[in-house]
Amino acid sequence: MDMILEGLKQAFYLLVTFDPEVMGITWLSLKISGTATFFSLFFGISVGTVVALTEFPGRRLVVSLINTGMGLPPVVAGLIVTIFLWRNGPLGFLEILYTPTAMIIAQSLIAAPIVTGISLASIQQLPRNLRLQILALGANRLQMVWILIKEARLPLLAAVMAGFGGVISEVGASIMVGGNIKGYSRVLTTATVMETGKGNFEIALALGFILLLLAFIINAVLTQVQQRQRPR
Amino acid sequence: MTTDAPILSVSDLFVKRGGVPVLDLPAFSIRKGETVGLIGPNGAGKSTLLLALACLIKRERGRILFHGQVVSTRRETFAYRRRIAVVFQEPLLFDTTVYANVASGLDIRHLDRQEIGERVTRRLDQFGIDHLRNRSARKLSGGEAQRTSLARAFAIDPEIVFLDEPFSSLDPPTREGLLEDLHRILKETGTTAVMATHDRLEALRLSERMAVMRDGEVVQIGPADTIIHHPTDEFVASFVGMETILTGRVSGCGVGTIRVDLGVGELEAVGEARPGEAVRCCIRPENVTLQLPAAREETSARNLFPARVEKIQPLGLFHRVLLDCGFPLTAYVTSQSISDLNLREGAGVQAAFKATAVHVIRHEK
Repeated sequence: MDMILEGLKQAFYLLVTFDPEVMGITWLSLKISGTATFFSLFFGISVGTVVALTEFPGRRLVVSLINTGMGLPPVVAGLIVTIFLWRNGPLGFLEILYTPTAMIIAQSLIAAPIVTGISLASIQQLPRNLRLQILALGANRLQMVWILIKEARLPLLAAVMAGFGGVISEVGASIMVGGNIKGYSRVLTTATVMETGKGNFEIALALGFILLLLAFIINAVLTQVQQRQRPR
Repeated sequence: MTTDAPILSVSDLFVKRGGVPVLDLPAFSIRKGETVGLIGPNGAGKSTLLLALACLIKRERGRILFHGQVVSTRRETFAYRRRIAVVFQEPLLFDTTVYANVASGLDIRHLDRQEIGERVTRRLDQFGIDHLRNRSARKLSGGEAQRTSLARAFAIDPEIVFLDEPFSSLDPPTREGLLEDLHRILKETGTTAVMATHDRLEALRLSERMAVMRDGEVVQIGPADTIIHHPTDEFVASFVGMETILTGRVSGCGVGTIRVDLGVGELEAVGEARPGEAVRCCIRPENVTLQLPAAREETSARNLFPARVEKIQPLGLFHRVLLDCGFPLTAYVTSQSISDLNLREGAGVQAAFKATAVHVIRHEK
């Protein structure tokens, strides 16, 4: 019990004094996961919107693949990226394994299906006649898509949050493709795993606390989004 | 404002959904400035016709002429859509303010701020929602939302406005107010309108012409009055409120009147038909009056039948009385009359209706 209390005290101290190492790790986490989320948004919103708005053979298969991808285990994503970036792998010449870039790639792979799936659902749940209404107002295709995305902006924000939440908290892929190199590719989750292993509970707790805080913020925003109502 | 030149005419319009034909229309045209009501039960194809006329759904075939010009290619369709407006049953507002909603069609056309401001303000005023201009569309009542949707449609100064059951989900007083305003604005602006509705009275109040639809086809089209009072077939007759429809054979002809043998009695009707011809006689329940069996009061009604009350159904302000005169007959009676005549199920009465109250449909086709 003493150990936990002592750990909490230490963690609190590390946080309020803005301990450089803890802050560095946090900043790198935000940077990597933020960049990965940003890339997955481009992919996810465009693919999600296209799949939501068009009819083509095999559409059902594509939708179920996206939904399956939403549950892609981070270690599998890590494994795939590792194989590709391995020295003898197809993209080995890039020599980016065990770099933040590799982590961004792996995290984008994890976040993309999440963002795609939620974008698809949020465009699809707009009223069926809304598309016709927008066209009837004189919009061209591009204007229509833009208005639909604007109308779905709140659920799309949920997509951003879910994507970011998914990658900031994953550890499997980051440790596999980033290598947990101190000051270079060490992020909140990989550091927590390591410090716990070493018995440095106070640092592990401080890092865990920051992760919890991020999770709380994300959920607060999501809840806010879900409570809003659509206009008539 | 109505002129004879059609603003929109279609021919050989055919639409399928899921491989099933849902609309088959040999010809249809709308004159500039008129309001056309599309009536028919749910699933008759009113919405489909409206969307097809607005070029918003794919058509199997069909030629659409707008001001005599073919609307067919993607470019033509787009240009056409910029000159019309559609209002749906659901207001389908955007998640922004009332003002921005009404402005949306003009924004899409990239008009300058000042002009948008002027035109939006005019429409907000016209539809009585200027005080709501900064309100979020999420916080509107059903009526306010539909007014916003209408203002948005009219803001672009459409040449034709297509209305798909715009009042169906509103409560009666709200609907009443909006119906009146829409009627006034249509007349003020001279906008051509096509409105689908399943409410014949709503259509009657707004439209000069009506088209009755069933199973994807227009079964009768003509001046609203003609549709209501001179339906050409049984389906239209019952849809426009002629609840009693009797089959009989013409037994005699007078001057402008005929006698029809129903097998269980004879009635007199105004109309033309040959003796021996099979006809249908349609009677509106509001044109049937009831009196006590013993009463020998003078009545100008040519048709007088002893009847037995089969059933009395309260309909709010009045009652529907189903009678057995040897043939079935329906009458609408006020609550006052129910008690005056001491009407109850099984009681005997006399049913009367004028020869002019009988609409005759000739059966030769």
